[in-house]
Amino acid sequence: MCLALPARVVELVDMDHAIVDLGGVRKRISIALVPEVRVGDYVIVHVGYAIGMLDADEAEATLKLFAEMSS
Amino acid sequence: MKYVDEFRDGALARRIGDNIATEVDPSRDYSFMEFCGGHTHAIARYGVADLLPPNLRMIHGPGCPVCVLPIGRVDMALRLALDRGVMLCTYGDVMRVPASDGLSLIRAKALGADIRMVYSPLDALKLAGANPGRDVVFFAIGFETTTPPTALAIRQAERDGLENFSVLCSHVLTPAAITHILESPEVHDFRTVPIDGFVGPAHVSIVIGSRPYEGFAATYRKPVVIAGFEPLDVMQAILMLVRQVNDGRAEVENEFTRAVTRDGNARAQAMTADVLEVRETFEWRGLGQVPASALMIRERYAAFDAEKRFELNYRAVADHKQCECGAILRGVKRPTECKLFGNVCTPDTPMGSCMVSSEGACAAHYSYGRFRDIPVVAA
Repeated sequence: MCLALPARVVELVDMDHAIVDLGGVRKRISIALVPEVRVGDYVIVHVGYAIGMLDADEAEATLKLFAEMSS
Repeated sequence: MKYVDEFRDGALARRIGDNIATEVDPSRDYSFMEFCGGHTHAIARYGVADLLPPNLRMIHGPGCPVCVLPIGRVDMALRLALDRGVMLCTYGDVMRVPASDGLSLIRAKALGADIRMVYSPLDALKLAGANPGRDVVFFAIGFETTTPPTALAIRQAERDGLENFSVLCSHVLTPAAITHILESPEVHDFRTVPIDGFVGPAHVSIVIGSRPYEGFAATYRKPVVIAGFEPLDVMQAILMLVRQVNDGRAEVENEFTRAVTRDGNARAQAMTADVLEVRETFEWRGLGQVPASALMIRERYAAFDAEKRFELNYRAVADHKQCECGAILRGVKRPTECKLFGNVCTPDTPMGSCMVSSEGACAAHYSYGRFRDIPVVAA
C-alpha cells in the first residue's frame, strides 16, 4: 500500500506538475509536496504525487555501508 | 531501475547476512518486529528469512493498511455504492477486502454497483469533474504516506468547486499503532510476544521524519531502525538492531537516509494538518479501538466529508470466527497457525484481510514462503 518508487524528473510542466521517467515509463505527477524539485532530481513517487526527494550522496554512502565487513 | 536494483544485489545480501551471523550472540534469541507490510513483503519475496541466523526471528506487524481496515469501514463504502448510487473510487488493494454478507467491493461491482479502481486521488477528482450529475466518493485508506495526497485532493476539489466530490476518510497513524502494540498485554505484561526492537517504516517516515519514534524508543526502551523497502535495506536495519541490542542501546537510527530526515516533509505535514485532524478513537482489525490513531476531515472542509454528507454511522462487525488475522496482526500467531490458511483462505478467495494485500502476512507467506515449510526429500 505504501508502495513508492524513485523516479527521475525530466520536465517541469508548471508550478505543481512534472514529468518523471521511471525505467523508461514517463508519467505526469504532482510535485505540490516537493516544490523545490529540479530537472534531473530523483523523487519518490506515491499515488501520483512526489512525497519526497532522493539524496544521491546518501544513497552512495548506504551502498558503501552494505559492503563493509564485520570484524 | 536506478536506486532500486543496487539495493537488491544478492552478493551484498549474503555479505550482510554473514555480518549478522558474526555479530549475534549465540547464547540469546532476538526477535524484531517489522511494522510495515512493505517490509513483510520484501522479507518473504527475497528470501531474507533464509539469510538470518536461527536465533533471530522476524515478527510481522500491523503496518498494512488494508489488513487493519475493519469490516465496518468497508461496509460503509459498500452501502454508499449499493444503496446510495454513488460512484465509489478507491485503491486496488481495497477491492477484495471481505466485508459483511459475503460481500467485498469487487463483488458489489459485479452486482452492478459503480465502483472504480483508481491509482491516485487525482483520478477520482477527474471522474468527479467529468460526471457533474453524479456523487463521487473517494474511499481513502492508508498510513501517513498516502494521507497528504488525500489532503491535497480535498483542497483541489474546493479550489475547483467540485461540489459532487467527497472523501470517506479512513487514514490511520503509525506511531499510535506501535505504541498500542507495546502497551498490549501480550508484549507488556505476559511477554508472549517478545519484541527486542522495530524495523521502522520507510515511506511513512519520508513524510513524518524519524523524530516521532524518539519518544517511545526512550519510554519503552526499544530500538527502532528506519529502513527502506528493498531487501538490502531490511538486512542492514536488522544488523543495526542486533548491534543496538548487543550494546544495550535503545535509539532511533536511520538506515534510509537517502529519503528520510529527522523532520520529514514539512510541507506534506502542513497540508495534512490543514485538512485533517485526529479522531478520538478508531477501530483497527486485530487491535480493536485505538485512541488517537486515525484522521478525519476538519469542520472547515465538512462539505467534502462523505461521513457527514451521507450521514454515515460506523457499526463494528466481528471477523470470521476461525480467522486468526487479529492474532497475526498483533504478532501473537503466525499465518500457518490459522486453520483457514491455504485451504479455504487463499489470495484468490481471502477470508481475512491479511490474505488480501500482497503485503499482508498471510498473502506474503502463501505466495513466497509456503513451500519453505516442507522439507526437501530426494526422489
